[in-house]
Amino acid sequence: MSSDMSSSGHKPDGSAKEKAPPVSQPKFWNDPKKRSLLFQVLLLSVLGFVFYTIIDNTLTNLEQRGITTGFDFLTREAGFGIAMSLIDYTEASSYGMTFIVGLLNTILIAVMGIIAATILGFILGVARLSDNWLVAKFSALYIEIFRNIPLLLQIFFWYYAVLRTLPQPRQSIEFLGSFINNRGFIFPAPVPEEGFGLVTVGFFAAIAASWLIARWAKKRQELTGQQFPVALTTIGLVIGVPLVLFLFSGMPLGLDHPELKGFNFKGGITVIPELIALWLALSIYTAAFIAETVRAGILAVSHGQTEAATALGMSKAKTLRLIVIPQALRVVIPPLTSQYLNLTKNSSLATAIGYPDLVNVFAGTTLNQTGQAIEVISMTMAVYLALSLMTSFFMNWYNARIQLSER
Amino acid sequence: MSHSQATDKMMVELRNLNKWYGEFHVLKNINLEVKQGEKIVICGPSGSGKSTMIRCINHLEEHQKGDIIVNDIPLNEDIKNIEAIRKEVGMVFQHFNLFPHLTVLENCVLAPIWVKKMPRKEAEAQAMELLERVKIPDQALKYPGQLSGGQQQRVAIARSLCMNPDVMLFDEPTSALDPEMIKEVLDVMIELATEGMTMLCVTHEMGFAKTVADRVIFMDGGQIVEENEPHEFFNNPQHERTQLFLSQILQH
Repeated sequence: MSSDMSSSGHKPDGSAKEKAPPVSQPKFWNDPKKRSLLFQVLLLSVLGFVFYTIIDNTLTNLEQRGITTGFDFLTREAGFGIAMSLIDYTEASSYGMTFIVGLLNTILIAVMGIIAATILGFILGVARLSDNWLVAKFSALYIEIFRNIPLLLQIFFWYYAVLRTLPQPRQSIEFLGSFINNRGFIFPAPVPEEGFGLVTVGFFAAIAASWLIARWAKKRQELTGQQFPVALTTIGLVIGVPLVLFLFSGMPLGLDHPELKGFNFKGGITVIPELIALWLALSIYTAAFIAETVRAGILAVSHGQTEAATALGMSKAKTLRLIVIPQALRVVIPPLTSQYLNLTKNSSLATAIGYPDLVNVFAGTTLNQTGQAIEVISMTMAVYLALSLMTSFFMNWYNARIQLSER
Repeated sequence: MSHSQATDKMMVELRNLNKWYGEFHVLKNINLEVKQGEKIVICGPSGSGKSTMIRCINHLEEHQKGDIIVNDIPLNEDIKNIEAIRKEVGMVFQHFNLFPHLTVLENCVLAPIWVKKMPRKEAEAQAMELLERVKIPDQALKYPGQLSGGQQQRVAIARSLCMNPDVMLFDEPTSALDPEMIKEVLDVMIELATEGMTMLCVTHEMGFAKTVADRVIFMDGGQIVEENEPHEFFNNPQHERTQLFLSQILQH
């Protein structure tokens, strides 16, 4: 290839200008431009033929089996129940609704998993580099165990070995009005009564006040150099203000206590064991990978940076926060994005323990009942594609933002 | 030859300093006294322990035996003492070690703001003043990656000076620089010396040693082999090892 490229009749510049030799036209199969055009045309026609064959074949087969294509089935009644739903759903709801319920359940587990895995992963990553022997070794042990056991096995472990072995509803472990049994975690549902609005207002007022204090503290530090414990005040305000209001307005919050009726609990809020098992497994597994990513990021910051900060009299915590982490993040973000995408896609393993995510509900039951394989599978794939693209779009935007501050 | 600005006040004192890396005895019974305003140049072959010695002074390296006293503060296990000493001792590194994610100005104000709790305005004014002294005030808003090596090292000096140190440690400040940039850094260091700063410089810039040093120290194998004022040191070295070293580095 490369030798062809060089022999393509470009005239040498500079000295040869006055007496330009006749430019000989290369044979068309030796002209790189025409060559590449030819290959592209060939590739396109092969691709076109393959797709035509697939589509034609599918349509013929569907017709032979009497399956009508199209998305009409989405409005038909589903007729099956779903163990957990974030919106109102009954057996009389449509197949379209099963899609929404599954989608929301998938988003729920993905978001819960990403948050928990990130927090756990960052702590473990920093811990593995700790000077404390015990802390560092514990973190290393955790990482080596959980990233080297297949995720599906871990899901099975949490579900069958831990949560399924909990007692029956009748022998539930009870504490503070909540119950733990093999049907999940059941706790009282809060029911706001008159006057609870004040507590809500107080909560948001506290958030607003914290924001103002943070701004004031930053300004004061710039003017006078005095530092203010912003994080502590924020926690105090956001928890304290609503709590005080709540107590003084006579605790205007009723509780819908779960009660054992027959074989199961009525009332309260139930978190099904499938959700807990999947959440534990996904977060614990992904946290191990995030921890390694964070460790790599911190190690990528040269030791000289820490030394320079130390020599300037900065404490370990401030060095980590102001010097090491900001530089480590630039290395950490791209692989972190991959971990988020992995977690989201791995959540489809839900189907193995029956957590009603999109794959279990829509690409499972709905597909079985309707037989609309092409529509259902393509919708499901489109959802994962869209979720993943959205995640990586956001992370790329964030990455570009922190990279920019380099120069 | 500069006349000495040294006062009677003892600034840095090393007594019977010993340090091991595992089995390897890096520093052997080092004794050194540096008075306020004194300029010490430390030279010696690589691996002789000269960098390790000055890195012990602000506790970047831990020593196992002996005493280090900086401005009357003993360097011991007490974190408060270590912090206090680090505030009084500035350090310039061979590879500058500027913070690449911060602008030149941010590099200079970071420690004054977070360690000395100085108001930002005041810190920035002081940083600009010092950047002017090292002759790069126009680069204040650039990032370290946009500067030449010589400029970066001058920023690093300004960054250290922003903490108002009583002692400055230089760990081979010109060894990573292109030849034409060495002079701009040495000029800044000479200026600093004439202003009366107490300085300990690990360097092989013998011209610099002749101009500003009150004493030159030659180290080999973790020991101080020879210690003398520059004229005597260069013209009349006592030890064979010193003579050999000098003949090698002054050959060209």
